[in-house]
Amino acid sequence: MAALINVPSKAKRGDIVEIRTLTSHIMETGFRHTADGNLVPRNIITSFTCRYNGAEIFRADLFPAIAANPYLSFFAVVKESGKFEFEWIGDNGYSSAASASITVE
Amino acid sequence: MPTTRRQFLSLAGGATVAGTIPIVTLRPLEATPAMLNAAIRNVVGEAQIHTGRIKLDIPPLVENGNTVPMTVSVASPMTADDHVKSIHVFNEKNPQPNIGNFYFGPASGRAQVSTRIRLADTQKVVAIARLSDDTFWQIAADVVVTLAACTEEMN
Repeated sequence: MAALINVPSKAKRGDIVEIRTLTSHIMETGFRHTADGNLVPRNIITSFTCRYNGAEIFRADLFPAIAANPYLSFFAVVKESGKFEFEWIGDNGYSSAASASITVE
Repeated sequence: MPTTRRQFLSLAGGATVAGTIPIVTLRPLEATPAMLNAAIRNVVGEAQIHTGRIKLDIPPLVENGNTVPMTVSVASPMTADDHVKSIHVFNEKNPQPNIGNFYFGPASGRAQVSTRIRLADTQKVVAIARLSDDTFWQIAADVVVTLAACTEEMN
């Protein structure tokens, strides 16, 4: 699935960098009805995790009150060059992953 | 003497005022519906919730409740001894009281998260932070929503 990741490509050792992520997902709340009265089943992303060189630095539990195409921005201290890995997990076995590299000088 | 329109209105108005006063005074200053309270207690347990330290940036008036930008932050040094463990965001009037739980650690560097949320009605949004010493800090913000999200009919 399409995901947009914004991580600075370079940073100084010890810097706090902002990480912005956007993924495409309908985030169907499970509270809406179709015109003929049927409930639209829930289909949301329930969990987001960000790992930096294997260690978890940020995690989020998402609920239907998160808007469609979930956007999350958060921060990380960078100590060495490496890779940020992002993972989204949701209803109906939904799973999506992305990664971004950073060079630390 | 027949009741004039003016007399009737002042009577009706008086009755309304008299009728609402007890309701208003019975409610606490910060009325939180039961669902919101239950959701907060679910996270916090019996611990005391302090006010302050946490900051919630959300527009006071939004036109479209389907996507409301929100930033929550806590001024914290984010060291191993003193950091923010998690931030929990709740709402008052959506079908479900939870909005999101966000978990941090010393490697986060800054206890701040931005996202976009849905609001089904004009309501209060509450954010609670859990620090590494297991104290809880909360802030509430009122948001006026002109177009509601979540429950509308699907086309």
